[in-house]
Amino acid sequence: MKESKKTRRDFVDKSMKTAMLGAVAMGALKSMSSCSSKEEEGETMELMTTDGDIVEVPVSQMQEVSAFDDQNYNVREGIPNRKFVMVIDLAKCKNALNCVESCNKHHFVTGENAWIKVHKMQDSKDSAPYWMPRTCMHCDKPACVTVCPVDATFKRRDGLVLIDTERCIGCRFCMAACPYSIRVFNWSEPAQGETSEITMHTGHEGPHPEYAGMPSVKGTPDKCDFCPHTIKKGELPHCVTACPNGVFYFGDKYEDTVSNGEETLRFSKLLEDKAGYRILEELGTEPSVYYLPPVDRLVDFEDGLEQYNEFQSVDKPDLE
Amino acid sequence: MTNNHDLLKDLAPRKFGLRGKLWSGLLILVTAAGVIAYIDQLIQGQVVTNMRDYALWGIYISNFVFFVATSFVGSVTVAVLRLTRNKWRTPLVRIAEIISLASIIMAGITIILDMARPDRLLNLFTHARLQSPITWDVIIIPTYIALSFLLLYFPLLPDLALLKKYFNTKNSFLSKWYGRLSLNWTGSKMQKALQEKSIRIIAILIIPVGILLQTIDAWLFSTTYRIGWDSTNMGAYFISGAFVAGLGALITVVCIVRKVRKLEKYITLYHLDKLGKFLVLACLTYLYFNINEYLIPIFTATVEEETHLNELVYGEYSFLFWFSQLVGLILPIFILIFKAGRKPGPMFIAGFMVVIGSWWKRYIIVTPTLLHPFLPIEGVPESWQTYFPSLHEWLITGATLAMALLIITFLIRYLPAVPIQRTAEEMELYRTEKELEP
Repeated sequence: MKESKKTRRDFVDKSMKTAMLGAVAMGALKSMSSCSSKEEEGETMELMTTDGDIVEVPVSQMQEVSAFDDQNYNVREGIPNRKFVMVIDLAKCKNALNCVESCNKHHFVTGENAWIKVHKMQDSKDSAPYWMPRTCMHCDKPACVTVCPVDATFKRRDGLVLIDTERCIGCRFCMAACPYSIRVFNWSEPAQGETSEITMHTGHEGPHPEYAGMPSVKGTPDKCDFCPHTIKKGELPHCVTACPNGVFYFGDKYEDTVSNGEETLRFSKLLEDKAGYRILEELGTEPSVYYLPPVDRLVDFEDGLEQYNEFQSVDKPDLE
Repeated sequence: MTNNHDLLKDLAPRKFGLRGKLWSGLLILVTAAGVIAYIDQLIQGQVVTNMRDYALWGIYISNFVFFVATSFVGSVTVAVLRLTRNKWRTPLVRIAEIISLASIIMAGITIILDMARPDRLLNLFTHARLQSPITWDVIIIPTYIALSFLLLYFPLLPDLALLKKYFNTKNSFLSKWYGRLSLNWTGSKMQKALQEKSIRIIAILIIPVGILLQTIDAWLFSTTYRIGWDSTNMGAYFISGAFVAGLGALITVVCIVRKVRKLEKYITLYHLDKLGKFLVLACLTYLYFNINEYLIPIFTATVEEETHLNELVYGEYSFLFWFSQLVGLILPIFILIFKAGRKPGPMFIAGFMVVIGSWWKRYIIVTPTLLHPFLPIEGVPESWQTYFPSLHEWLITGATLAMALLIITFLIRYLPAVPIQRTAEEMELYRTEKELEP
């Protein structure tokens, strides 16, 4: 109860007016509008509710809060009052692979297996083929977390599933348990070489669950991390910004908003309008990644075939 | 009639002959090769194996499952036959206990070999999470090791005291150790009552623990969303499979020990006959669960399941699948169901077939499932779509098998393979019964 009161006060963020939408709950607003009638002399500010209505709120009732509190930040709890989700619009994907490239680059993926992959899918013989990018599903009931014997992989309150590569014993049970087969493993010393040393000296203090793939640790798994390092800066994950076709939408389920960098949409409405779904829903893993079916496509499936490479997802520089 | 001195002479441990020395030397060599391969794996990482992101478990895991399965023989033959008062178990229990102990110790070691970060082994205790099936294994395996050890050790006490006397003049060093290990056994009434009671408690305890061990092993697989693993049949299937693998191993070792140590007088055709029938029962039970696992799903198989089953029955794994079904299960049933098949020669062959079949059966359970994930295998090197163990994996796995055989060999070298005291008592009983007959 205490927590929820604090939450309400923290809800209103000054910067939200310039940002697209505020984390403004209806309940909070109602209580505020009742307050505002008493303090009419104060300066007011316009805010948009989750329903899209513009309301005026006295500035005196508002408090600036940063996205998270650095001091009390707990890497296993995550960013407070957030629930990150992703929507992938299959109608727009033409296997441009910029997401994969960007992800590989920013996470220093040097192995053979990229964190993001774009699958060439065809559900049945007569149905149309389509391209399906897939990240970690960041399930709300993650099978990988359940089976981990040492709590090395964990689920955060903000929805992220991350790995503590300093604790992992390398049993690979999480990889066996994941029905989406998204995890990759460092079978040998990661070939991050000098890059890792340079980065280590510029702020990174060794491996960390929000390590962004730097450094990867031999004998432990890696996977898509939903880019907590960019979220904390208020930026979108690398795959979202890299995609030339606006396939990926990223956002906060509590705010009910997702953005692909170009347009920002209401999350629930997007799912409703475009019949969003989740893959392998029947398993009950409750993924945080939603898909929009490949209907009314703006792109030609065939275009993606040029880029299609069945046996490679990470560009290997010619070392010799 | 055999008198007690002859009995002791027949059953007391004997020095290795040339064959024994060569055999032990070979096992030590294989073990050494595996140790070297393992050190290399520690340095380079598991990149030396052929496991990759999809085939993320390989023969280390299937070999682990095999060891766990064979360790079940202790629970089955010793405890179950004891509780059901089957007299024919007497000359076989010691060997069964030895196999059980060796297998479960090696299972514990094998699972560590599969860990990519064995340096963090202690995390399993300091950060243990109870909902992980691996934590259940961490609890149950040491428990089973302890119980198996006690089930071997307590019945040994009278024999150790006998051996102390027997070696008194022949080998004072050995005699001293047998004396120490016999815990001052004098055979007094109180000691006997205590021993009897302890054995009874352990024999009762080891049955649920053994069943749990096999079931947890099955749950390692059935707690994942994987075609071929996610099956409610798994627990019972693994228990019956362990029944088969354990008895197969027992028959193989019994046949060898009987011949090498010339124990034909003690492990008689009658005992072999019973043991053979017991294995047929085990095989038939396992066959029943195999039908449940592979045949009945055909009716309602989803597309993914069908791909998996087809791959086993006709596809890439068909040879190993049919090998493990035919050689590991059906042929042994056909051999052992006939009286002529329950003679030492054919029985040894049948037992050996069961062991080999059981080993590959675990491979068939582990590997194909991993290579049939829900989403297609794409964007990884083509070689990752298949799996066959690398040289390192073979060397390391070979070493674990050699170490298990080495433990068995040395225990049989230094302990009486057939319980002396008990055999003497039963013979005494047999004699008095004869005398009482009109």
